[in-house]
Amino acid sequence: MNLKLKALKKSLWVYHVSAGSCNNCDIEILDLLTPRFDVERFGIVLVGSPRHADVLLCTGIVNKKCLERVKEVYEQTPKPCVVVAVGACACSGGIFRDGYQMAGPLNKIIPVDVYIPGCPPKPESIIAGIVKFLKELK
Amino acid sequence: MSGLYILGYFIVSFFALSIIGLFIFWIDRKITARLQWRVGPPWYQNFADIIKLSGKEVLIPENSNKFMFIFSPILALISATICGTILLLILRSELGFEGDLILFVYLLTLPSLSIILGGSASGNVLASVGISRELKLLLSYELPFICGIIIPTIKTHFTTSLIEILKYQQLNGSHIFSISGIIGFIIILISSTGKIGVVPFDLAEAETEIAGGALIEYSGILLGFYKLAKSILLFVIPAFIILLYLGGTTLDNLLGVLIFILKYIFVVVLITLIRNTNPRLRIDQALKFFWGWLTLIGIVGILFALSGV
Repeated sequence: MNLKLKALKKSLWVYHVSAGSCNNCDIEILDLLTPRFDVERFGIVLVGSPRHADVLLCTGIVNKKCLERVKEVYEQTPKPCVVVAVGACACSGGIFRDGYQMAGPLNKIIPVDVYIPGCPPKPESIIAGIVKFLKELK
Repeated sequence: MSGLYILGYFIVSFFALSIIGLFIFWIDRKITARLQWRVGPPWYQNFADIIKLSGKEVLIPENSNKFMFIFSPILALISATICGTILLLILRSELGFEGDLILFVYLLTLPSLSIILGGSASGNVLASVGISRELKLLLSYELPFICGIIIPTIKTHFTTSLIEILKYQQLNGSHIFSISGIIGFIIILISSTGKIGVVPFDLAEAETEIAGGALIEYSGILLGFYKLAKSILLFVIPAFIILLYLGGTTLDNLLGVLIFILKYIFVVVLITLIRNTNPRLRIDQALKFFWGWLTLIGIVGILFALSGV
């Protein structure tokens, strides 16, 4: 394992992509970044620009309006980057899978590395998912 | 002192300043975390950030000025390192001449100017909002900052040599133990938070509203250069304040270094406390604050210093 990958695992900067979600997963992600869960001890920080990001936390079914934006945000993110699908909608479409706006799920559009199911997933389970992924990453 | 010696000093102090600066940045983040009842990041966090950024892809926007876009972060890093090198040379009493205080004040504006250059070269709308704020902030904090520099100059019998100020305080006690000294210390501490760009005056980089401001288009190692320059500034500015007000320090023996570190951590903790107990100001509020109350208090401090209190 080389030094840069080790450093990447210790310092994940997160950009939050909300691709047509019902805001429930977004609220859980906001909770995740509060002092109670303290993800900064893993080096995880929320950043404002996709150019600074290492992780794209994507929520929601990708609807037809969001399709181009999600692609563009993925292209703007410097590689290597990790894409995390948070919530049932981003993983599979959830209850909206037959909706007229459905253009996703997310893995049809961009390569997804981690799936965290739940409607919405708890902050604990988001942390658990990312930590499991970091252990597997080589 | 030959040119080669200075160049060698510059390179050595670049590595030393980077390591010290990144470590100080960790202290800042750890204190912030403890104040918010969190555990906080481990000690190697900022080193991991920089190493990670060096391994990332560098994206250069299509409609940017490519030369300025790549050159400005390097300029920021070099100018911050030059400030640090001069300060280290002065603290070790190796170099000093009449007027180096003025030179130092000019050099300290270069990192801010390079952020403005880089942001305007990136061709982004939000970056232009960021640089307009940074420019206004630069104009507003310079005035009280200069007031805070004039006070120790007056108290050291109108000298503009940093080494004279240092030696005067070694003989006669620090400048802070007087009314004008306390006023000057408070003013320079508050305006230096604007210079470093931490929370009450971080509106140029406001991540929640303009998504990183001037740095929005930067990625990879170029962003790392800016982060490194900022952490070097986090070393340089408190050390400059110590030199002006809490002086009487020598870096020649072990005891002097230890006392310097204690004073240094005191100033950094004060800056961190300011940053954690204040919300971000709007640009008009910041301008009113700096040019209004702070400059008024600064002028009162200068009058006190002139009358020898």
